[in-house]
Amino acid sequence: MSELDLAIVGAGPAGMAAATVAAELGLKVAVYDENPAPGGQIYRGIEQVATKRAADLATLGPSYRAGKTLVDAFRASKADYHPATSVWMVQRDLQLGIVQGGKARLTRAKRILIATGAQERPVPIPGWTLPGVMLSGAAQGLLKSAGMVPAGPVVLAGNGPLLYQLAAQLLAAGAEVRAILETGARYGAALPHVFEALGGVATLAKGIGLLRTIRRARVPIRRNVIALRAIGMDRVEAVEFSAGGKTERIDCTVLCLHQGIVANTQLTQAIPVEHEWHAAQQCWRPVIDAWGNASLPGIAVAGDCGGIGGAEAAAHAGRIAAYEAAWALGVIDAATRDTRARDDLAGLQRNLRLRPFLDALYPPSREVLLPADDVMLCRCEEVTAGQVRAAVRQGGSGPNSVKSFTRAGMGPCQGRMCALSVAAVIADALGKPMAEVGSFRLRFPLKPLTVGELASLE
Amino acid sequence: MFRRLHPQAATLTITLDGVPTKVAPGDTVAAAVLAAADPSCRATPVSGARRAPFCLMGACFDCLMEIDGVPQRQACLVEVRDGMQVRRQTRPAPVTDERL
Repeated sequence: MSELDLAIVGAGPAGMAAATVAAELGLKVAVYDENPAPGGQIYRGIEQVATKRAADLATLGPSYRAGKTLVDAFRASKADYHPATSVWMVQRDLQLGIVQGGKARLTRAKRILIATGAQERPVPIPGWTLPGVMLSGAAQGLLKSAGMVPAGPVVLAGNGPLLYQLAAQLLAAGAEVRAILETGARYGAALPHVFEALGGVATLAKGIGLLRTIRRARVPIRRNVIALRAIGMDRVEAVEFSAGGKTERIDCTVLCLHQGIVANTQLTQAIPVEHEWHAAQQCWRPVIDAWGNASLPGIAVAGDCGGIGGAEAAAHAGRIAAYEAAWALGVIDAATRDTRARDDLAGLQRNLRLRPFLDALYPPSREVLLPADDVMLCRCEEVTAGQVRAAVRQGGSGPNSVKSFTRAGMGPCQGRMCALSVAAVIADALGKPMAEVGSFRLRFPLKPLTVGELASLE
Repeated sequence: MFRRLHPQAATLTITLDGVPTKVAPGDTVAAAVLAAADPSCRATPVSGARRAPFCLMGACFDCLMEIDGVPQRQACLVEVRDGMQVRRQTRPAPVTDERL
């Protein structure tokens, strides 16, 4: 069997766009994605919605429909698409470990493109582990792919454009949105970025339209909310908070939290390729050049996992990486690469212009970044912020020693839900910057493998 | 906890802890559980606290369930199948080999 030219991890907008272009240029391409259908998070369930629930497309908005074009082109391409396939390892020598259908397999490619997208920033508040408390993307994904809405009252709490987009989508689908609790938008800080943002006018106009929908439905909005806590026994029953000096309590059966999204660097950190701390987005991102090349030869990055840029930026970055791969493999010359990639390079810049504005307008709330002692940081091992601080006092000098002392980061999610908050609490306790404190040392396998799956490796 | 916009689409049947439950083709197991009477997936091995899906994208691992006899599967990444048997995980997996 001849070797793959390009292995792509992730079938979201970046992965699909890259695969389509690379296959068109004649590269032998495989795309691996752990979900059962393509689209990533932003276009989750798009094929199902388009064929079985076409009327729902109206509730989900025009940018979701745009994803259909991308998915159709991907499906029509000659890229070898492997859904329900987890990539559990990527080595420096460009060997990949995948698992599908209960069997693990090793494969190799001449180039690897990592397009693992974004995840929501975890939101550690009191009660955040109660059933019914979920990240806003979860509720949005449920609406998109399963056509489900909260059966009872739902409250949305947090900061960022996704909160408003979800509120509008839930209202359009007939859910009872009881309140939107904004943890605060710093309008003053965003003003310097307004002129940059004008290059990304389409997104701003979309935002204004969403606000109008929510105002028309008369959903109560509270601003500068602090002291958020989810209340309940076996599931969330209410949310408590303070706003304008008053403590309030609103009954709800679902509480959607959101504090922005961060690059999903679980794979890139495990390889590892070089990362840098992205101060504006308060997350780590791999160091990449204009063509998506990471710090190791043959490994490239495209889309939100390289730093949040949005779905359109991701598609542009995917195509740019595909042209680069074709040039690196000698299939096209540099002049052809530059010409073909020109529109995408311009498109990427145009979309990234809005980012500093959004980053400054919607920073994560301080309370969420530095929770009180009794708040659980590590959901898997149930380790609190207080226990992390105690470990630092006992001599824990960074995330890895604190992990050894407390087990934070040792559970099944391997720090996906707690690495950022554990490191932030440590950095604050030590008085050091995040860039210096670093993160958990990650090791393969990226996802748990059964003995049976491993045993099937030849 | 969640309701379907199109209940008529729930044409398949799985069992949840032995209870027959209608689900729609294309549902993930996690979505199907969120629409059931008890939306929780598991009790944690650390404290026994109930957990339900949190991220629905394969990152939080709170949706770990036993699916068709295989434990610790991320329910948000598995599509339902007619006749699928899903069990909530409420205690550590038993060691079944008596030689150990």
